[in-house]
Amino acid sequence: MARFSANNLVTAQAIIARYPKPRSALVPLCHLAQEQDGYLTDDAMEHIGELIGCTPAQVYGTATFYEMFKLHPTGKYLVGVCTNISCMLSGAYELLEHCERSLGVSVGGTSADGMFTLEEVECSAACTVAPAVQVNYRYEENVTPESFDALVSQLRAGTRDDIPPHGTLARVRQTPTDRWANSGQTGEHIA
Amino acid sequence: MPDDDKTVPESAEDVTEKNPAVTAVATEEQQAPEPPPGVPVTIDGTLVYADKGELLIEAAERVGSHIPRFCYHERLRPVGMCRMCLVEVDSGRGPMLSPACLVECTPDMKVETRSEKSLKAQDGVIEFLLVNHPLDCPVCDKGGECPLQDNTFTFGPGESRMVEEKLHREKPIPLSDLVLLDRERCILCDRCTRFADEVAGDPLISFTQRGVKTEIATFPDDPFASYFSGNTVQLCPVGALTSKPYRFRARPWDIESSESTCTACAFGCRIAVQSSGRELIRYLGVDSDPVNQNWLCDKGRFSYEAINNTDTRVGTPMVRKHGELVEVSWGEALAAAAKGIKDALDRHGPSSVGIIGGARLTNEDAFAWAKLANDVIGTSNVDCQLDDGLPASVVLGLPRATIDEACAAPVVVLLAPDIKQELPVLFLRLRGAVLSGKTKVVEITPAATSLTPLAATTLTYRPGEAAFVAAALVDDAPAEDIGPVSAASITAAREALKTPGAVVILGRPSTAEAANFVADAALVLNARLPGVKFLSALRRGNVHGALAAGLAPRGEGLDTGGMLRAAASGKLAALVLLGADPATDVPDASLAQRGLAGAGFTIAVESSVRASSSRADVILPAASFAERSGTTTNIEGRVSRVSQKVTAPGVAWEDWMIAAELAGALGADLGFETVEDISAAMGITEEASHGDGTVGAPLVMGNASELATNTAIPVPALDAYSLRLVSGRMLYDNGWSVATSPSLANLVKPVALRANPRDLERLGVTTGAQVRVSGAHASFVVTVASDPGVPLGSAWLPVNVAADDARSLIDSSSPVTDVRIESV
Amino acid sequence: MTVRTDLPKIVSARWDVADAHTLDGYLRTGGYEGLRRALALQPNEVVDIVTGATVQGRGGAGFPAGNKWHFLDTAAFPHWIVVNGDESEPGTHKDRTLMERDPHQLIEGALIAAYACKASQVFLYVRGEMAFAQERIATALNDAYANNYVGKNILGSEFSVDITLHWGAGAYIVGDETALLESLEGKRGMPRPKPPYFPAVMGLYMNPTIVNNVETLSNLPWIMVNGAEAFAAIGSEKSNGTRLIAVSGHVKRPGTYEVECGVVTFREVFYDRSLGGGIRDDNDLKAFIPGGGSAPWFFEEHLDMPLDPTVVGPAGSMLGSGAIVAMDSTTDMVRACWRLVKFYANESCGKCTPCREGTSWLETILARIIEGHGRAEDLDLLLDVSDNISPGPFPGPNVTPGEAAYAPFPYKKTTICDLGPSVVSPLMSALRRFRPEFDAYIARNPRKLISVTAEVPAHA
Ligand SMILES: Cc1cc2nc3c(=O)[nH]c(=O)nc-3n(C[C@H](O)[C@H](O)[C@H](O)COP(=O)(O)O)c2cc1C
Ligand code: SF4
Ligand code: FES
Repeated sequence: MARFSANNLVTAQAIIARYPKPRSALVPLCHLAQEQDGYLTDDAMEHIGELIGCTPAQVYGTATFYEMFKLHPTGKYLVGVCTNISCMLSGAYELLEHCERSLGVSVGGTSADGMFTLEEVECSAACTVAPAVQVNYRYEENVTPESFDALVSQLRAGTRDDIPPHGTLARVRQTPTDRWANSGQTGEHIA
Repeated sequence: MPDDDKTVPESAEDVTEKNPAVTAVATEEQQAPEPPPGVPVTIDGTLVYADKGELLIEAAERVGSHIPRFCYHERLRPVGMCRMCLVEVDSGRGPMLSPACLVECTPDMKVETRSEKSLKAQDGVIEFLLVNHPLDCPVCDKGGECPLQDNTFTFGPGESRMVEEKLHREKPIPLSDLVLLDRERCILCDRCTRFADEVAGDPLISFTQRGVKTEIATFPDDPFASYFSGNTVQLCPVGALTSKPYRFRARPWDIESSESTCTACAFGCRIAVQSSGRELIRYLGVDSDPVNQNWLCDKGRFSYEAINNTDTRVGTPMVRKHGELVEVSWGEALAAAAKGIKDALDRHGPSSVGIIGGARLTNEDAFAWAKLANDVIGTSNVDCQLDDGLPASVVLGLPRATIDEACAAPVVVLLAPDIKQELPVLFLRLRGAVLSGKTKVVEITPAATSLTPLAATTLTYRPGEAAFVAAALVDDAPAEDIGPVSAASITAAREALKTPGAVVILGRPSTAEAANFVADAALVLNARLPGVKFLSALRRGNVHGALAAGLAPRGEGLDTGGMLRAAASGKLAALVLLGADPATDVPDASLAQRGLAGAGFTIAVESSVRASSSRADVILPAASFAERSGTTTNIEGRVSRVSQKVTAPGVAWEDWMIAAELAGALGADLGFETVEDISAAMGITEEASHGDGTVGAPLVMGNASELATNTAIPVPALDAYSLRLVSGRMLYDNGWSVATSPSLANLVKPVALRANPRDLERLGVTTGAQVRVSGAHASFVVTVASDPGVPLGSAWLPVNVAADDARSLIDSSSPVTDVRIESV
Repeated sequence: MTVRTDLPKIVSARWDVADAHTLDGYLRTGGYEGLRRALALQPNEVVDIVTGATVQGRGGAGFPAGNKWHFLDTAAFPHWIVVNGDESEPGTHKDRTLMERDPHQLIEGALIAAYACKASQVFLYVRGEMAFAQERIATALNDAYANNYVGKNILGSEFSVDITLHWGAGAYIVGDETALLESLEGKRGMPRPKPPYFPAVMGLYMNPTIVNNVETLSNLPWIMVNGAEAFAAIGSEKSNGTRLIAVSGHVKRPGTYEVECGVVTFREVFYDRSLGGGIRDDNDLKAFIPGGGSAPWFFEEHLDMPLDPTVVGPAGSMLGSGAIVAMDSTTDMVRACWRLVKFYANESCGKCTPCREGTSWLETILARIIEGHGRAEDLDLLLDVSDNISPGPFPGPNVTPGEAAYAPFPYKKTTICDLGPSVVSPLMSALRRFRPEFDAYIARNPRKLISVTAEVPAHA
């Protein structure tokens, strides 16, 4: 399954309806597709193109600009260790080395059990709680080698339901609402 | 014939540079009391009056300060991203490095394009571009005509300080069947991608990734299949994009070039024809503002392969002896041809001789042949169209619009086939006009076209009803449905047509519908739309020049359909095929077969072996495009030059010369020794046909307002079991130039029958299913595709793409063709 | 000299209220009162109040919000407000906290801006990696819609506006307002050249658009309730109100603090017990970044400078996004500078040649030096490559303390946006001041690396 499921298609259409021009929904729809499949598949990009009226090449060109869209499957948990200046000054590179040893992968790799993909990431806006690690974009602050290993065990044990599998960005969405601008109130439809 | 060597571009890049007149005035000479109108700007110490809103990079060019650039191209939206054009600009707040391609001239701006800071910035950009650019110039196709190489030489640093490993990428990768990409050479100027999106409307290539990893790519397994892909190769300022046909074929310094006019269709794109040794190696688009504005379609661009394809060319005269075609001398062939014609004349009179074809000739060739037909043979059975056009009186008799007028008209009515398939660059021009908001399009068409997504209103009519729809548009009575055309859409179109100054683009929307209906529709619009003008959409190379020169039936003379019918019933004793191949080109394949089989003595004047000429009694080899000089006339009546660049194979002659010699063999003298003699007789001067050429006064044949309208021709009713056939031509078909150009030949798509989803539902079939389609003469199995752009009750099939296609079904004895479809 | 403690908290007041992110919690703490006040006025009166308060943009450029709104042609239909919540500048950690802990305050601020500017729709562009902020804002928006704070005829007035929550997807450059708009149009987030594409004239979908930072807008509810005078009474003459600073790096108490604009000094930021609380291990301060990774570095001699753009700018740097990073005496300046250069190389959008090729070239040279393969001529090469991205003299304090800055802020550039020249900030700062450290690397044997940091700090 790689095109949008029936349910996701409804969500996709609600997202599109929130913008004056359908193409604006490109990035949110890529997130939706990634949530559905864990990564962004070719079929999904084609489907998105159909929905927002652009070519698959335009979807692909746009999606690959952004760090978060993965065109290949990743581990269930994407572990992003920030090594930018504040984290680096607080020992992020040493932490990253520890993560590599602990997960048995080098940066960019996925652990043998398919659970973890390790990434070195840029400033995560957690500079005052450095070093910071994001797991599927959920923050872990002031991470130490010990706290990292504890986290990994919890994830392996499945005791961290606050961290959904890779692809799920936000578990709360803006509820579908018709734009009031579409209700004819403004007198003009926005082309 | 001298080539227009002065204006010949030296390289791909030169072709795109315009050279406007210099209106610069040196500062110290500036004492005149009345300053010229415009924005005064000082560029490198020279005062120039720029147009309002003019970009600095353009104004600088006019005072001779060439500012280097890569991403800037005057036919594309400026993006200012390569940063090569940085120059110091002082707009009153001190000098600042600014991109000349984005800065508009403002009053009293002072610009230093060669100051120390400007030069350092330019130097720096070149160095940056070379950081990851391979230094493989000696093996690069672009070497010798490369703006990066040239700019490095003129503006770049002397030596490289880059000691790091360059980025490596797999190369080259195909973007399409025609275009390859070397990602290491690419400097990311965004020209190809902007072209694909803005101009062609085929955004199938895009930047991907980010930063230093950025590269051009297509979506995986979705090639850059654009009819206009070759333009990206010409736009590429480095050797990153190469065309498969050209790759490694030549080195720029060996190339000879002359300006000419493409005759792959009748739009008249200006091109530079380039050769290396004895072979054609490339056509480049020339920026002709009134015509192609730099662009070409891929069919035109790569069709030189057909001319180079010696396997299929005819270079020696041939005469049929004991049933076999045998190579002979010109003398023997001409004698045989003359004898065949004379016998026919002697036994059955001039009306037993017919001449079909001539649209691929130059104006001069056509004039000579018309004279031969008229003055020597005395026949009026002459037709350069192949039963797929419109009456000459309609094409030449209606008030004529230029291409520019059409693209500036408030409303364009398209009563024509899909122009993207038939006149591709006209499609680009119209698309641009619509997107700029200047023009609205109203389509009267039997099936949706490539312009439909951009049209204000599309009236998809049932074949046979074109004239009723046209009449309804200019009527005041409340609109009513006409077949599949809704009253609402007629009302909408009427609304659009309220603005005066409409231009009708007029062609034959479908060859499965008789020409009369379309002619009638045009005449109705002409009579009832104040100030309306017409732009022809007939596609054959020089059909407009040939018609004007007289290769059209006169008086009681027969047109191509008439001649073939006469031949089929044994009434055509001699037939001359003048570069025509009725066997594959006449819409009604069965009629063509019967006509060719029944024709008497047949002479084929041909530059390559084709289906019809293999039947001939005499074959006279003719020079082809780029092998002869003269002029051609485009859809708007613009006369411009075609030039010789290579020599014809074997002993092939130019068509006018064949006419002159054949006249001689018939005991007459046309009075022409050279092609210039003919030009002079036609009143075509060297100056007028130079460069962009000139749109002459319309050659009005008769008076259109006196042409009778035939709206009374009965349209047969469509029975409930049938669909009415719409035939569509594709750019890539089995015509000579595509079929014999190896790179184009495999672009021909398989046949599919397109029909409205509701009709398919009724038949219980879906897209991809096989159906049997049956007409009066044939029945065969094809794949169907569901297409809401085809109106209810119609079925669309292409022509000339397979042995069995629309041509097998078309019955030209009936004004429309109905077919039956059953699932298999 | 101590930091004033009597000041009201303007944007971070609810950070300690556990349920401030809920509509109930927000309303209980005075929420949406600013909107009510605004709706009782004419839009132009709201513009005047905000202009009077001089809310300098908190996104980096520091342009006052009210003044920016004046450029907007409010008669043009449609026009938009876009909230820049893409916070990615190295060292910055404030917009995320505002969005997570007080999402209604941002929504209210955006509504006030939309009312003042008569915008028909607001787009809240939140950085993609901030899943929690997305969830908090989505919840807040849904509640606000349900209770008629957003949508049609807000609070019974004639005013209607939609707010659309938009997700980014990971690209620092999208923080640039023109790139943000491209991204919001569903395209690659590559900046547009200014001129001609000034958002207030040709913004989203080529319609007039106001782009404001999250913190900038979060100030508005307070201003509507307390008035422009109260706001202007805080801070220095030119820099009104308070601002959030994220203090990170080698300080004892890293954190995000709300401080008085133009008054608090860097010394207080690092040493005051209510703020940074001193340098880690009581080491000496070697250098500090006064306003995010893109800012030229300051040193010991700048400690007594107030956080005032009119003082910091002429000294050669900027306050930018309020990210202040301390580097103590143990810091390896070559690696610190390399890490920031690497950031810009990774994040260059690739549009401009000097930035695309230059940032990664600089990074490669620095990496080579760190790996022990440096050459003596590399340092001049670094300087000249930098000069081709940002033609000098590059802003920054003089190596000799007390001498005038090489050039005041901002930098010149051969690129479209400021990301390109930003790469030069860390490089030039380190190279000018700590050249011997580079020389040492070059003189050293290959492959002998030293660690940039002391050990990982104990969990706070
Ligand atoms: C490379 C670059 C990155 C930027 N990143 C951000 C950002 O993350 N958040 C932000 O609010 N402004 C950022 N800006 C500044 C914005 O362009 C813009 O000035 C700001 O959003 C305007 O809001 P303000 O006037 O309220 O500060 C960035 C600018 C540049 C050049
Ligand atoms: S300076 Fe860099 S990030 Fe900014 S537009 Fe240019 S290439 Fe993109
Ligand atoms: S030509 Fe001006 S930036 Fe490329």
